Amino acid sequence: MNEIPAYLQRGYITPEELFSIIPKPSEERLRKRPVAVPECPQEIPCAPCREICPTGAINMPTPNDLPIVDYDKCIGCSLCVQICPGLAFFMVHYVGDKARITMPHELLPVPEKGEEVVLLNRVGEPVGKGKVITVVPREKSKGDTPIIVVEVPIELAWDVRAVKVVRE
Amino acid sequence: MRLNEHPVLRFERGREVTIYFEGKPLKAYEGEMIATALYAAGIRVLNYSPNEKRPRGLFCAIGKCSSCLMVVNGIPNVRTCITLVEDGMRIERQHGRSRLPTKAKPPEFKDAKVVRVDIIVVGGGPAGLMAAIHASRAGAKVVLIDENHMLGGQLVKQTHKFFGKREQFAGVRGVEIARILEEELRKSENVKAFLETSAVGIFQEGEEKLVLAVRKERELIEFRGRAVIVATGAMERMIPFENNDLPGVYGAGAIQTLMNTYGVKPGDRVLIVGAGNVGLILAYQLIQAGVEVKAIVEAMPKVGGYFVHAAKVRRLGVPILTRHTILRAEGKEKVERAVVAQLDENWRPIPGTEKTFEVDVIALAVGLRPSIELLHQAGCQIKYVRELGGHVAVRDEWMETTVRGIFVAGDSAGIEEATTAMLEGKIAGIAAALRLGIADESWVDEIEKAQRDLDEFRSGPFGRHVAEGIKKALVVGE
Repeated sequence: MNEIPAYLQRGYITPEELFSIIPKPSEERLRKRPVAVPECPQEIPCAPCREICPTGAINMPTPNDLPIVDYDKCIGCSLCVQICPGLAFFMVHYVGDKARITMPHELLPVPEKGEEVVLLNRVGEPVGKGKVITVVPREKSKGDTPIIVVEVPIELAWDVRAVKVVRE
Repeated sequence: MRLNEHPVLRFERGREVTIYFEGKPLKAYEGEMIATALYAAGIRVLNYSPNEKRPRGLFCAIGKCSSCLMVVNGIPNVRTCITLVEDGMRIERQHGRSRLPTKAKPPEFKDAKVVRVDIIVVGGGPAGLMAAIHASRAGAKVVLIDENHMLGGQLVKQTHKFFGKREQFAGVRGVEIARILEEELRKSENVKAFLETSAVGIFQEGEEKLVLAVRKERELIEFRGRAVIVATGAMERMIPFENNDLPGVYGAGAIQTLMNTYGVKPGDRVLIVGAGNVGLILAYQLIQAGVEVKAIVEAMPKVGGYFVHAAKVRRLGVPILTRHTILRAEGKEKVERAVVAQLDENWRPIPGTEKTFEVDVIALAVGLRPSIELLHQAGCQIKYVRELGGHVAVRDEWMETTVRGIFVAGDSAGIEEATTAMLEGKIAGIAAALRLGIADESWVDEIEKAQRDLDEFRSGPFGRHVAEGIKKALVVGE
């Protein structure tokens, strides 16, 4: 009882907590191409990410184990982001002084490519604005979940995990 | 208040009809329930309590409680949450105990229709559907009966994608799984489904099992077979607090039914009680339906459901207040506010920590209890198993209860997940066919595979608790 992880008391995880559970991709890897990072710290019976990964990059001996991504094997295809029932997979890619975050977006409206959106952190606070550079609509996704890629200032790479579409 | 746009659902409504609520004409659509159509028209008070004349609204919205009873075409005690609208229907609020009409002609029950099969499945949710599909594949003649007008049970309101393995539908939305299973069922010539049909009792008559059922509240049907599989699901729990009977205090499932099955917006601002998977998933679905979720309160010091579900709603700005509880609902004829407070180490509210939320809906996601009434009536041994959510029927590894020929599966066997309900349904369906000597020995392998899948699913920290409970439910006697 007294050993309840802080993230379970709050309902969100900090990057520090997350990277004490899974390894953080290296700066070099993050610059090379998008890399999948699962924010899935609990042993829950679930394995579609492992089952869909085309390169076998997700190590998970049983469905109750944590998904551990082999960042060298990950080709950044985003199928895990599309299929994850927990909407817990994200991809991060450092490009110059920006970071591109791939995330699920199951809300209306779905933003359009090129649209400026409000960036939200893990507690839903607006932390800036970013540009949507890719939209995979639900019909074209492998997992029935629309995904978007948003370009954010690099220092927000590990904070932004949702967006709000604001239209007048 | 009807939803038209939704990120994952498409609402197809039937022909427009007119119903009369206390004499006033209202627009409704074929395929809607009376209570749903009234809700869409802004009517939240459905009846008044017998003694205090307190207003009552929906609670479970799946036909399991008495919160939505109304007088329909002069007949009292109609469960308006599972009764379809019909053009010209006259609906009145019920005031306490209502009298039956004196002039009406009672239904002719003496020449009941008889339906004879091998196996009778009660309940068309994930467990019942899988039981019927597998029993028929194994060669049995099956009838499946359900109170609702559609198959799928609670799957029809589950918009989220399932967890588990892909061969068990992981990554597929519950609504889609309902469609797949129904299609599978309809493919079999060996299965007949009776909808809007309530089982009211199970009896032994010689070598036969007799399930008495009432269709559309009018027609008595005798289902006769040699085995019965009870997959009647579960009932939403209620917790005590001031004004918990006020319209606007609903079971989480009722809100899902309103907005996801019928496309009716449950309200504008919601407080959710309970941060288990149901409460967390509900919060996300409310946001998808364009409803504001003010907060989720949870008495435990941590989120009880999967962390990923919590993270999903937190990043959309929903606070989760652990170690908090609801003190009371406030409002005249319906919920206008909710007052919550922080709990101390002994689970007592800490004075001075009260917070008021301006909400029109309070969603209770405080757990479920198995619906065991039929099993109890049929004489199956019942046992209290806390880990399984309450009283459950004692059963063996093949899901057979202590009454030979009566099997159980899904939430009525213990509160778990739809994934495990489907596996248990598969086991019960095949086991019943084996016990009747219809299926050949090769089907035992299928049961064993399903048992291994269940063990695997339950082997993690979330499943271990249930696995403990199941051990207790397997023990006869005491």
